[in-house]
Amino acid sequence: MKKYKADVVVIGAGAGGLAAAIEVKEADLSVLIIERDKELGGITLQCIHNGFGLKEFEEELTGPEYAQRFINKVIEKKIPYILDTMVIEITKDKKLYAVNKKEGLIEVEAKAIILAMGCREKTRGAINIPGFRPAGIYTAGQAQRFVNIEGYLPGNTYVILGSGDIGMIMARRLTWEGCTVKAVVEIQPYVSGLLRNQVQCLEDYGIPLITSYTVTRIHGRDRVKGVSIAKISKDYDRIIGSEKFIECDTLLLSVGLIPENELTLQAGAELSKNGGPVVDEELETTIEGIFACGNVLQVHDLVDMVTAEAKRAGKNAIEYINSRYGKELKKKELIKCVPGENVNYLKPDIINKQNLSEEIIFTFRVKYPDRRVLIQFKDQNNSIIYKKKKIYVIPSEMLELNINLEESGINQDCKSITIEVIPRPEVLIEED
Amino acid sequence: MTVYDVIIIGGGVIGCCIARTLSKYDLKVALLEKEADVSSGTTKANSGVVHAGYASPREYIKRDMCIRGNKLFTQAAEELNFPFQRIGSFVVALEDHQIKELEEQRRLGTQDGVPGLELILDKEKIKYMEPNLTDEVVGVLHAPTAAIVSPYEMTYALAENAAMNGVKFFRNQKVRRIKHQNNIFVIKTKTSEFRSSNVINAAGLYGLKISKMVGLDYFTLMPRKGEYILFDRNAMHLNKILFPTPTKVSKGILVCPTVSDNTFVGPNALNITDKKDTATTEAGLKEILEGGYKLVPNLPVRASIKNFAGLRAIPGTYDFIIDNTDVYGFINVVGILSPGLTSSYAIAERVVEFLELLGANTKIKEDYNPIRPKPERFKDFTKEELDRKIKEDPAWGRIICRCETIPEKEILNAIHAPVGATTVDGVKFRCRPGMGRCQGGFCRPRVIEILSRELNIPYEEVMKRGEDTNFLVSKTKEIALLRLKGGEKE
Repeated sequence: MKKYKADVVVIGAGAGGLAAAIEVKEADLSVLIIERDKELGGITLQCIHNGFGLKEFEEELTGPEYAQRFINKVIEKKIPYILDTMVIEITKDKKLYAVNKKEGLIEVEAKAIILAMGCREKTRGAINIPGFRPAGIYTAGQAQRFVNIEGYLPGNTYVILGSGDIGMIMARRLTWEGCTVKAVVEIQPYVSGLLRNQVQCLEDYGIPLITSYTVTRIHGRDRVKGVSIAKISKDYDRIIGSEKFIECDTLLLSVGLIPENELTLQAGAELSKNGGPVVDEELETTIEGIFACGNVLQVHDLVDMVTAEAKRAGKNAIEYINSRYGKELKKKELIKCVPGENVNYLKPDIINKQNLSEEIIFTFRVKYPDRRVLIQFKDQNNSIIYKKKKIYVIPSEMLELNINLEESGINQDCKSITIEVIPRPEVLIEED
Repeated sequence: MTVYDVIIIGGGVIGCCIARTLSKYDLKVALLEKEADVSSGTTKANSGVVHAGYASPREYIKRDMCIRGNKLFTQAAEELNFPFQRIGSFVVALEDHQIKELEEQRRLGTQDGVPGLELILDKEKIKYMEPNLTDEVVGVLHAPTAAIVSPYEMTYALAENAAMNGVKFFRNQKVRRIKHQNNIFVIKTKTSEFRSSNVINAAGLYGLKISKMVGLDYFTLMPRKGEYILFDRNAMHLNKILFPTPTKVSKGILVCPTVSDNTFVGPNALNITDKKDTATTEAGLKEILEGGYKLVPNLPVRASIKNFAGLRAIPGTYDFIIDNTDVYGFINVVGILSPGLTSSYAIAERVVEFLELLGANTKIKEDYNPIRPKPERFKDFTKEELDRKIKEDPAWGRIICRCETIPEKEILNAIHAPVGATTVDGVKFRCRPGMGRCQGGFCRPRVIEILSRELNIPYEEVMKRGEDTNFLVSKTKEIALLRLKGGEKE
């Protein structure tokens, strides 16, 4: 059995994994990247459109260009990586087992592990669309791989269900290929991806966007022949009589992403409601020395945000190795972070009391769009410890707040804090 | 031209079970299947339950066949190495008056030789045996011999073993005409012609169509649709197969584990007219969930990974039609409704008896090998074995399906096995890439690549499950180029 040793092992060589690994290497610790695909870069490699890097590099890059900047650094800094390698097990004492064709079974011993496995797409089963099960149904990302990497077209005429970013980007990409995109159908009354994609990918190409509709049936026994769509009420009931048939040979699904946490679960770490691992303000999971960052933790809007989070995870892993590794310095006193009204999920899930004096980065998403809201932090006694006004919130936009809780008046007696996004009181009064 | 002793029409579990049973004897046997693969019809989409045998009324032959068939499974599973677990079933009574019904089933079932039937009224014991069961339970009929099986893996195993013992399999062979002349049946398909002294009609939903080809039109078959929802592996673990107390109309909607640790709920029973209508419906999915909730209130609906529907051929008599017909040498094995899967080995025994009457030579071959080797699975290896395996063959080290941890080697084995996979679904049902929670999101392009390479066909010709089910339509730029030239691609 081939054996490796490293201070930090990074699982996944996408945007998150690469940035975390570089961070660790810059602190003169040894790091090993394990990637299951044939190349470094992860999913950004198939994202050949532009729009990447505006925050990180203040330049507009394509996905592969964005990845290449990090790949170049990995090569320059001689960071070791193994490709085409699947991690199959993580043990509690931070041993990893992986397999690949060349080396067989691999054992890696590490002081810290950074999870950066990314996310996967929701499928038809997850949303239970009735009808036949013909060929011609793909997730948008799968179609993207076929078109951009393999060089094949999955169909001629398309309906895209869900207005996630990949769906909208594929609508434009397929139009360029000479295919016809009949419609992008979105169950919500609003677009679930970024506004810029709505404008640049749909509106600029005259691709119809049909909101408050969903696919209610798939037609065609062998290959897709069309879909039925129907209008959906606020309570998600189908409005009778609103059904329409759209002829197409392919249905793409862009109905959401789920953090990919099979390994995390297998390692014994807790997961939270959003599908990502429970982490504290240092992005450490419930297993000491195992950190998580990027889309495996929470699905981000932009790759730049993944990079920023991954750098934090890298820094925290370094800090862990330098100060806590092998010592009896357990984190014990915890404050729970609870998603309250109109908050879908929240990271971190827990906060260590000894870090209260430092600025903590909170990231969260709302459940539904709202205008003129108040973002409020409350402690367990319902005392308000922090509030901030915001003009507009929408689920497709991740909210980020950097808060020093101690300065806000949180002390060591605090047990939990709840974050809620509520209509501003003055708005309520106006409406009365 | 070869004249076979027996030709079986239909490669479902019944046809393949008969094929494998006949492969024991010194007979020339062939099987014709209209789809691209065996196990493509009723077999592919059913509950995978091996029933204990108390449920059918005594006047039906399916009751005896089921009780006998259940017993035959133990040896078959050992010889053929398909996934099979005798986990036992509960028929659940939710109201006091249903207890009487269960007691009656227990009494009659025990008399007829169903082993171990037990009426349990101790709620604590019931909940201990199956913690997911509803608190509303007042009693259960426990049948310890009930079991779960992978119906398609069993069928592939049967086909493989039959082929190992000399049965010829011909897929993509839809039978168009049968002529009976000079005691020989001449069977015409689109591309070929086959000859045989005896024909076994195991054509499932198309049983009547085949029977009519030799002038036999004495039964009716009605397609009945059953819909299912399948849940993710980690979402719930059931110990028992859970049935509601049956009504006069149906066995009801069950909640059941599968041999791969998934849970499913279903089926409903909808009589339809179109033999190809395997579409699920919104109403049907709602109906089965409601049915499931009655037994298991915490059904993991959010973890559903697939819904699907299967069709069964329901005979007018509600009983199996297994006949040595008036057309000498033509045996009907049709109307195999539930518990058809359970009865498969007993049905095959009956067919052998018929063939003996028809003068077939039922001497056991000297070189008959009943063992179909267990497919090697990555998941079953220890770390040391794994390391050795990858060194012997690097294809063990390339993971294609991450949800189910399936390496390339298992896929190659599925393709190159006797009666091997030729389609993406064929690979998926044989060794599970694409069966997991991402439903092929990650592995499908890689499975297409492997099939294209191994079968030496272009990507566009790799099919999901047969004709007209291609995944990819053309190379990129082709459509755009055609448009530029002024001609639309068809």
